[in-house]
Formats: sequence, structure tokens, C-alpha cells
Amino acid sequence: MERNGRSVLEMKNISKEFYGNKVLKGINLSVQEGEIHGIVGENGAGKSTLMNILFGMSVIHSTGGFEGSIEFLGKPVRISSPFDAMALGIGMVHQEFMLIPGYSVTENIKLNREITKDNFFSKILGPGLRTLDWDSMGQDAKRALSKLEMDIDEWARIAGLPVGHMQFVEIARELDKQNLKLLVFDEPTAVLTESEADRLLSTLRKLAETGISILFITHRLHEIMEVCDRITVLRDGVQVATKSKSETTIEELARLMVGHSIESVGKRKVNLSERKTILKVRDLRVLMPGETVQKVDLDIKEGEIFGIGGLAGQGKIGIANGIMGLYDSSGSVEFDDKLLPLNNPREVLKRGLAFLSEDRRGVGLLLDMSVEMNIVAPAIEIHRKFLKDMGVFSVLDRSQIRAFAQDMIQKLDIRCLGPDQPVKRLSGGNQQKVCIAKALALEPKLLFVSEPTRGIDIGAKKRVLDTLVELNQKNGMTIVLTSSELAELRSICDRIAIISEGRVMGILDPDAEDAQFGLLMAGEYAVR
Amino acid sequence: MTQVRRFLTNNAVSILFVVIGVLGLRVSGLSLPFFLEDIVNRLARNSFMVLSLIIPVLAGLGLNFAIVLGAMAGQAAIIVVTHWKIPGLGGILLSILLAFPLAVVLGILTGRLLNRARGKEMITTLILGFFSNGIYQLVFLLLVGSVIPMKNDVLVLSSGVGLRTSIDLTGGLKNGLDDLLRIPFPVCAAVTGIVLLGVYLTRFFRRRSVRLGKMVGIGLLALFLIGWGLFQVYTRSMFNFVRVPVGTFLIVLGLCVFITFFTRTKLGQDMRTVGQDRHIAEVAGIDSDRIRIIAMVMSTVLASIGQIVFLQNLGTFSTYGSHEQAGMFAIAALLIGGASVAKATIGQALLGTLLFHTMFIVSPLAGRTLFGDAQLGEFFRAFVAYGIIGLSLALHSWKKQMQAREEARRSV
Ligand SMILES: Nc1ncnc2c1ncn2[C@@H]1O[C@H](COP(=O)(O)OP(=O)(O)OP(=O)(O)O)[C@@H](O)[C@H]1O
Ligand SMILES: [Mg+2]
Repeated sequence: MERNGRSVLEMKNISKEFYGNKVLKGINLSVQEGEIHGIVGENGAGKSTLMNILFGMSVIHSTGGFEGSIEFLGKPVRISSPFDAMALGIGMVHQEFMLIPGYSVTENIKLNREITKDNFFSKILGPGLRTLDWDSMGQDAKRALSKLEMDIDEWARIAGLPVGHMQFVEIARELDKQNLKLLVFDEPTAVLTESEADRLLSTLRKLAETGISILFITHRLHEIMEVCDRITVLRDGVQVATKSKSETTIEELARLMVGHSIESVGKRKVNLSERKTILKVRDLRVLMPGETVQKVDLDIKEGEIFGIGGLAGQGKIGIANGIMGLYDSSGSVEFDDKLLPLNNPREVLKRGLAFLSEDRRGVGLLLDMSVEMNIVAPAIEIHRKFLKDMGVFSVLDRSQIRAFAQDMIQKLDIRCLGPDQPVKRLSGGNQQKVCIAKALALEPKLLFVSEPTRGIDIGAKKRVLDTLVELNQKNGMTIVLTSSELAELRSICDRIAIISEGRVMGILDPDAEDAQFGLLMAGEYAVR
Repeated sequence: MTQVRRFLTNNAVSILFVVIGVLGLRVSGLSLPFFLEDIVNRLARNSFMVLSLIIPVLAGLGLNFAIVLGAMAGQAAIIVVTHWKIPGLGGILLSILLAFPLAVVLGILTGRLLNRARGKEMITTLILGFFSNGIYQLVFLLLVGSVIPMKNDVLVLSSGVGLRTSIDLTGGLKNGLDDLLRIPFPVCAAVTGIVLLGVYLTRFFRRRSVRLGKMVGIGLLALFLIGWGLFQVYTRSMFNFVRVPVGTFLIVLGLCVFITFFTRTKLGQDMRTVGQDRHIAEVAGIDSDRIRIIAMVMSTVLASIGQIVFLQNLGTFSTYGSHEQAGMFAIAALLIGGASVAKATIGQALLGTLLFHTMFIVSPLAGRTLFGDAQLGEFFRAFVAYGIIGLSLALHSWKKQMQAREEARRSV
């Protein structure tokens, strides 16, 4: 990675307070031309806040601004709105969802950068009335997508695309910008599968070679080691270190982030042969765009942790979504010896199943509500739990809610000021943990979990997996874990099914050899 | 099957009013030509006003109850022009010109206010309408003749202060637009058919992407209009006495074309973006406050023209009441057409105007034949106008809640 040493960005002595809570303390960050600079830190360490300052986001300015100074290309600058940031040549892929679901891919990519042509009225009344040039806009969108080697229909509506594709649309929007000098990626890979993430990483490298500087935030440390030139580590708003890649290791970064070393999740062994089958799936077909399930048969035993793995786009995501009734599906599913109606999410929830969806960005959380109310809302709604019966009507059982929320906050290590803090004031990763707590509050007999550790830092990841194992062992909850991280599957699952082309290619023991997993994922039947 | 059901539930309100309209027409015993005469006039009168509500909906501001302000601006201009005794088209153009700066200023002020009342836009415009009505009354009831010099025996009360409660535009602006060109209804139908046929044929030969089913449908409709029109002209039926105010309809058509054009411009797209999600719009660098002010200004200006079009057709107005009604009735009409707080189209505006006024025409008559009392029909239509607004606002907030719940459920 060549570097001519010209500094693009200098953030000096940056501090930020939210309502008296100091979340950044004297951060110094410098980025050079063509450099890929990684930022790592636990959930709530202050990474997004730092980037929001750089991008002039209104959350920063409506909460009293920040301290410190920013220099861009050697000159001091004041960035008081995203507009200012863009004018300087700063682009940002935000951690939260920034697409308009009702718009097409093209409209989103060209958002506020639409190509227009003159007409009679615009010549008299000004450029605001220029007509949109849909053809050129579509071409631009296509070009930007092809830079990412993505084959997405540029006229498709965003609503209904798989999350991974949405993420690439957001990235394409940044790539389409012409005067780009510095690009911020706030956890772009959190919603991507490993292969999609690889594609993104190679795009980052290509971009850097053209002289664009990149700030890259991720919780997957191996990604950091793959592409970054230098890495800044934040812990609780303090800059613990800035290191160049050659002088550090994954282990050291992890230790710097968390402040202590992390052991891996313990394995366990159970005998499944005499267990009864709790979920029997036959001929399941699910029409989920980008993750179609062709024909899946599965028998899931009571009390096991069943893993579902496979490459992106092969349909592993579709299985849970189909059974939970979120996408059109057909076939037969029996739960607890009773036929489960398809395409009826409410009924499925009532029967004691629950689902932690892979798509957790922006959906599902009532942002203005407190952490505790978010956690218990679905349980109240579906199972009428956490209610006190007062005869004619029932009221919320505040103390029970508080106790449950506090237990979850402690178990999952949700970093917040307390159960009554509004969810919108939590960092992205901590909001994810609230989503997990929500699913657990339903106390399901069977829990589908998709990508539970997405966007969650390595320390908290262990906590989340430990919690799942504990629920499984203590409460006998059956868990179906869908994940694109094989290591995660192998660490806690009893059996792992690998999905390819919408079918089950084979079911393996977590201790099976890597080669066997590889073969199945590539779509070859395993030799039994 | 599910498609049929979805169509029915999505258009329940409009379908209900079609049924009421058709039944009412039957019961009232009105003959078709008489009904047509009335409805054509009312369409010409009110469509413009209803259309002026579309742009704020596009920008996410919801139903703009503050078009009352635009209506006031239009009315004030009419009063001035009537005082100056400038008749006909000239008077109308002048009043549009006079109303314009006033409407712009009112629009800017409303827009600014709304930017401070985020998320409570509709209730704010509603209250603003009431508030400004107070100012309007102050000016025309107390200040005219005392502080603002005005000598006019016809307009001003005999005490010399304040305007009379109703103003007659006969000999002034009355029908200034309508009478530019009046054509018998059958001729109009035939001409419309020919234009329709022409437009779609050229479209068909230019690009082949037009759907065949739609083409055939439109072709048949056009041929029917031509055939029916010519037949009526030939037989000299009663329909020939229905004379369409083409001038007014051309202005309405002009507005439809403008709105369609506008949604395809950069500014229109920005408005849609702001309407869809303000936060995302701002992060993309759109100045959403500015866009919302522009939307309010456009709506207020259009409403001021709308009121002028309305009153020239009616020919007389109640000085202190016409603008109030204008807002409520336009909103009710839009909602009856199937529009919602979040989505409104030209088609819905026009259909709504048609259905709403059909109800207006038939309900007193139906009331008389059914209950022997026209007053009952009168009550009925006031009841419907306010009822429909209340109902759809309630429906809107209910839908919002359901969506939030649905999302909450999806995520678990
Ligand atoms: N709008 C806000 N109001 C109050 N506090 C906030 C707000 N946004 C963030 N915080 C707090 O600031 C701290 C840093 O949050 P930030 O979003 O920067 O974390 P992060 O490093 O990006 O974490 P993650 O990996 O989870 O995305 C957190 O403690 C969070 O609770
Ligand atoms: Mg973050």
C-alpha cells in the first residue's frame, strides 16, 4: 500500500458529551491519502459518534456540538451539516439504514444527486424545475453497482431486497460520487455474509489504490488485519492506541479493545438419538428474494442447538423466514406434533416459536421508547406477559418488567445508562443486543436466531453465545442458529446443516473436518 | 381473489360513495341532463382547489388545512377587484396577480411555523386556519371603512364600517373564466374522444411499451365518447343544453399537467424524498426545511387561484364564510377520492370532487323524497364532510400504529 504521506484528515483532541455523559475524550485521528484506517472498539466505545462528528450529523449539533478541531487537506474546516461534509469530498456509509424503502435502487443511489436536463420552465424559473433524466441515472446506478460486481436490478424497489443487497446499494451510492476524497464505512460488513464481505474488502483496496482514503469500522478483526494500514483502538471513549498493521496482531487488538483477554465459548456434548422431534419440516419452499428455499426437509430434536450454514444467497436465511411466515412459503411444518400454519406470523408466535431476524437495522425498535419497554413489548403483545390482572382490565407489571430488563442488560452486557434510557441513545451494537433480549423475553419453546452476533463486539459476542447455551441447558429451549460464520456455528451447535441452492446438502457434526464443510458449501454431496 | 379483496379494502371509501351517489341519484328522481349540468359546473368550480392539496401531501405535510389562508388571499383580491369594478377575464387575472404576493407571504409563514411543529403539521394547519380567520374578520369587519378607507355603498355596510356579509359578483367577475368558451356537452364529449384517441395513437406508434389491454380500453372509450356525442348532437337531445365551461376546465387541465410535470423535476423529487423520510433526506444534503416551505407556498398560491376560480363560477360569496368551507370541503373531497394523509394523486382528487359533489346534489333531493324534508339531506352532507375527515384522520393514526406493531412483530 503506497502512501505519499499527504495528510487528508486530521481530527485533533476531539471530545463529545451527550447530556453530561462523556463519550469521547480527546481523540486524535489522522488519515493519509490512500490509507485505509481501521477503527475498532467495543459496542458503545464511541466509534460512530466520532464519525458522526466528521460527517456533521445533526445528532451531534443538536446535542451541543463537540470540542476539538478538524483539518481537511491541511486546512481547518467547520463541518456543521452532512451537506458541508459532502462538499469537502467526504462520503459515509452509515451504520443505520439510510435508504428509502419505497424508492427504486436508482433513486436511492442518485439521492439528491439526480441527473437532470433542461426544459422550458427550468430556463425561466430556475434549475429546481429541471426534469430528471431517468436513463442516465439508471446507467450511473448500474455502473456503480458493477464496480461492486453486484448484479442487482437498478429499477427494483428497495423494500423486499435482501439486507446484503441493501448494504451494497448504500455503498454504490458512495462510489457514484465524483469528488470523493475520504470515505467512511461504519460497520458495512455487519449485515454481509463472509463472501459478500470479501467482495467489499477487495473493493476497499481498489478504492484506496486510486488515492481515496478510507475509515473502516468493523467488529470482525480479521477484516481489519486484511485491509487496514493503520488501526485506532477506542475503549470507553478513550483512544487506547493507534498502531500500524505490521506491529500488531488480532489478539493484541482484542485485548486493547476489551481490556482483558477473551477465552472461547466452551463446547458441550449431548446425546440426541433418544430425543423427540420437535420441528418436522417437509418440502419447504420459500420465495424470499435472493435467498430462495427450493426444497428443504429437516427434523429438529427437542432441546438441541441446530446450526444452519452455507454461502450467501443459497437459501439458509430463507428457512427461518419462511417458517415464521414472513415470506411466502409452501410445504408442511409440524411443531410439537401439530401442523403449523404457514404465512401466518402471529399464529406461529402464539404457538411458542420466536425469531431473531438477520435484518435488524432500523426495523423493530421503537426508537423513542425505553430499553425495557422495547424488550418486553412483543411479549406483552403476543403472550400477554408482564401484565397484572386488575379484574376488568390489566396493567403493566412495572417491577417485573424492570427486573427482567435488568437481568437482560447484565447478561447481554447492554451498555446503557439504565433500563429507562430511550433506545435511540444507544450505540448501534447495543441496540442489536436489545433486539436479542426482545426475542428472549418471549421465552419461546423454539427460537430461530439468525446472525445473532452481527454488529456485536468480540467481548459481547461470547456473552450472547453463552446466554444462548445457558437458555438451552437450563430451560431446555430448542435453538436453530443460522449464521454465516462457521466458527460460530461450530462453537455451540450440536449438528450443522449446510444449505446450497436452496436444499440441505448434508448435516454434519460440529467436529467434522473443514474439508467436509467446504465440499457441502460448494454444493457437493458429502460422503457419509 | 386476493387481488379483488385488496382492491375493495383499499378503495372502500370511494366505492361507498359511488354506491351512495348512484342510489341517491335514483331516489332523487333527477334526470341525467339536469344532473350533468350541475355536476359539470361543480367540477369546474372545485377541482382546482382540491388539486392544490396534492403537493403538501407529496412533501409529507399531510392534509393542508391551511389552504384556508390561500382562499382568504384569493377572496381579499376579489374584494379589491370588485371594488375597483374591473369585470370579466381582466378582473380575474388581476385578482390572481394581487393574491399572489399575499399567498406567497402566507405560505412562507405557514411553512416556517410547520418547521417548528414537526410531526404535528396537520393540527397546526387546522389551528392556523382558525386563527387567521380571526385576523381576516378583524380586517374586513372592523378595519375596512375605519382605518382602511373604502367608500362603496354596495360592498360596505350602511354604517360605513365593515363589509356586507355577502358579495354578489354579477356584472363583475362572475363567470369571467367560464364564459370564455362554452360548448354543449355532447360536442365536448366527442372532442375529448378525438383528443384521447389522437394522444394514445401517437404514443402507441412512438413506443411500443404501452400495454395492449389498456390501449384497447382507451380506444373503446374514445370511440364511445365520439359516437355518443355525435348521436346526441344529431338527435338534439336535452344533453345539448348542458354547456361546459371549457375555459375553466382548461385551467384545471393546465394544473394537472403542471403537477405531473412537477413530480418529474428535481424539486418534485426532493419533495417526495423529504416526504418519505426527512432524516435520510437531510443526511443526503437536502435542506428539508426549505423544501417544506416551498411546498407550502405552492399550495397556498394554488389555493388562492383555486378560490378565485371557485367564486367566479359561483358568482356570489359569503364574505366571512366561503373560505372556511373551501378548506374543509376540498379536504373531504380529496379523501373521498381515496387519497390518504400520505398519498394523493390527481386521479383521486378529480374522482373525489366528482363523488363529493354528486352527494351534494342528490342528498337534499333524496332527503325530500325519502323524508319529505330537504333539510335532512342538508344535515347529511355536512355530517359526511366532517365525518369523512375525522374518520380518515383516525384511520391514518390507526394504520401508523398497526405498522409500528407489525414492525415490532417482524423483528422477533
Ligand atoms: N443520540 C445519543 N444520545 C445520547 N447518547 C448517545 C447518543 N448516541 C450515542 N450515545 C452514547 O454514546 C456512546 C458511544 O456510542 P457510539 O454509537 O459512538 O458507539 P459505537 O462505538 O459506534 O458502538 P457500536 O459498535 O455498538 O456501533 C454510547 O455510550 C451511547 O450510549
Ligand atoms: Mg456504531
